[in-house]
Amino acid sequence: MSTAIEIRPGPHVKGPRSVEKIMANVVYSLLPICLFYVYQYGISALASILVVTASCLLAERWFVRTGTQSGHLGDFSATITGLLLALTMPPGFPLWMGAVAGMVAIALGKGIFGGIGCNVFNPALVGRAFAQAAFPTAIATYTPSFLPGRFAEFIPSTLAWPLMMPADAAAWLKEKHLDALSGATPLAQWKFEGIVADAADLLSSLSGHMAVGPSPLLILACGAYLAARRFMDWRIPIAVLGSAGAVAWVLYGFNPGHYPSPFFMLFSGGLILGAVFMATDMATSPVTPTGMWVYGGLIGLLTVLIRYYGGLPEGVMYAILIGNAATPLIERVTQPTPFGKGVLGKKRAASYDLTPDYISREEAAAVTPKKRFLRNKPRKGL
Amino acid sequence: MSPTPANTPTTWDEFLEGIWKQNPVFVMILGMCPTLAVTVSAVNALSMGISTALVLIASCGLVSLMRNIVPKEVRIATYIVIIATLVTAVDYAIQAISLALYDALGAFIQLIVVNCIILGRAEAHASKNPPLPAMINAAGMGVGFTIGLLSLGVVREILGAGSLFGISLFGAQFQPWVVMVLPPGGFFVLGSWLLFFSWRARRQQAREATQNA
Repeated sequence: MSTAIEIRPGPHVKGPRSVEKIMANVVYSLLPICLFYVYQYGISALASILVVTASCLLAERWFVRTGTQSGHLGDFSATITGLLLALTMPPGFPLWMGAVAGMVAIALGKGIFGGIGCNVFNPALVGRAFAQAAFPTAIATYTPSFLPGRFAEFIPSTLAWPLMMPADAAAWLKEKHLDALSGATPLAQWKFEGIVADAADLLSSLSGHMAVGPSPLLILACGAYLAARRFMDWRIPIAVLGSAGAVAWVLYGFNPGHYPSPFFMLFSGGLILGAVFMATDMATSPVTPTGMWVYGGLIGLLTVLIRYYGGLPEGVMYAILIGNAATPLIERVTQPTPFGKGVLGKKRAASYDLTPDYISREEAAAVTPKKRFLRNKPRKGL
Repeated sequence: MSPTPANTPTTWDEFLEGIWKQNPVFVMILGMCPTLAVTVSAVNALSMGISTALVLIASCGLVSLMRNIVPKEVRIATYIVIIATLVTAVDYAIQAISLALYDALGAFIQLIVVNCIILGRAEAHASKNPPLPAMINAAGMGVGFTIGLLSLGVVREILGAGSLFGISLFGAQFQPWVVMVLPPGGFFVLGSWLLFFSWRARRQQAREATQNA
């Protein structure tokens, strides 16, 4: 992408937007969220963010250097992966596990598919899914936010030796006489103990010592900045949140005692972060407007279903990964009708297949797709 | 059978073929079922590799002996009967040697019958060559398969249990990577090895290209 001469077919008019610029803006919009996260959890969170991002960049550098991957370090995409991955993990997640997750995220989520723009799944979520599968206890061990002395002392599990078990967070809290505070996330409390947190508290994340991620309100504000500058499509977050809220609301309507309120569903866990920053990953979400609605709706529905009926309290990660897997299919089904093709109510498919072959024609060895509907094709024998 | 000396592989080449150039696991990607399923620990991988190698050598020898007697139409059935007989023997032998190992390997011992390496070797090599070269080639393949299984089993046991051949490496504080002893771990490790080998091959190619230029 950074070559001096580009050889590609027209149109040659260039907009001011480039991949690097979009990615840089996503990083800028993530920075306030990261700062808030550090404010919540102190130096452990800071170390986690730095180490995970560094390991992502390291893996990216290796793949770029060996020439198996397009893109370069300066395009900020690996930085985004690292920041997002760190934000989805508990603040006291051992640093060595974070480094492993970061490496796996870039290698398995991006490097083997060919680098930026070629990945099938969101790399940050691939890394998190690996960490979830490899270290199920560590990734479910949260500590309360706003602990006193959080800027002077690491959460002990952060500093676990490589390959060794992290220290017990509950014992540490007990030692500090803070064992009245729960280290369970609001979703885990709801799932396993039946305690439903107040939605307004969840929205700001400021009150109490709740074990939550960054404030959903802040994430929405940063997402609004991206959407307003057209660096992100607003349809996907709206569709995800709308569908999750609608499904949760219908279930709540059936049985308010059994199912928590839809606002609890929306503001707890990683749903807002996932909807705004992960589901909207350009390479792994549909390009057609209808497809975006379908994709977002699918993710929202799956999230609520996994949370209610799955074994784990949180389902955003798997919902988005399944949505990513369904993206090519959704794109194929929701092709827009080209102008002039919808005559007399008869819908027709696009005259060109919108296959990757066609989209990346500028690349070597790509073939020109065959026209499918040649209306005035001269017939043989006539 | 009067091959010219130029294209007759030496005995040593026959043997090495299965270990490096045509490694069943890393080059031919054959026998994936046991490769992914039983390589949870190094011991399992080693015993699976050895039992497959034994069946492979013996069946290739027998098939090679019978290559001029068996009619072409029923050759596959004949191979299967030979292989199944040998597998049954190995199955009972493992049961007698170590019941724990037998339980760990489970149905995969019986499934050696349908291991495509064995059938493939019988069809592609043993049925066309005299017994001695056939058995040497089979031994090479067996060793290659064992090496392949071991390289998966070692990594998976170190990461998944913190031990090697049952000996603890990191002490009691080790954090096991749960995913490594689950089926996805097999895919991850196999993929990493394949990545490593292809990266190595590509580097070697590049070096040769620069030397020739």
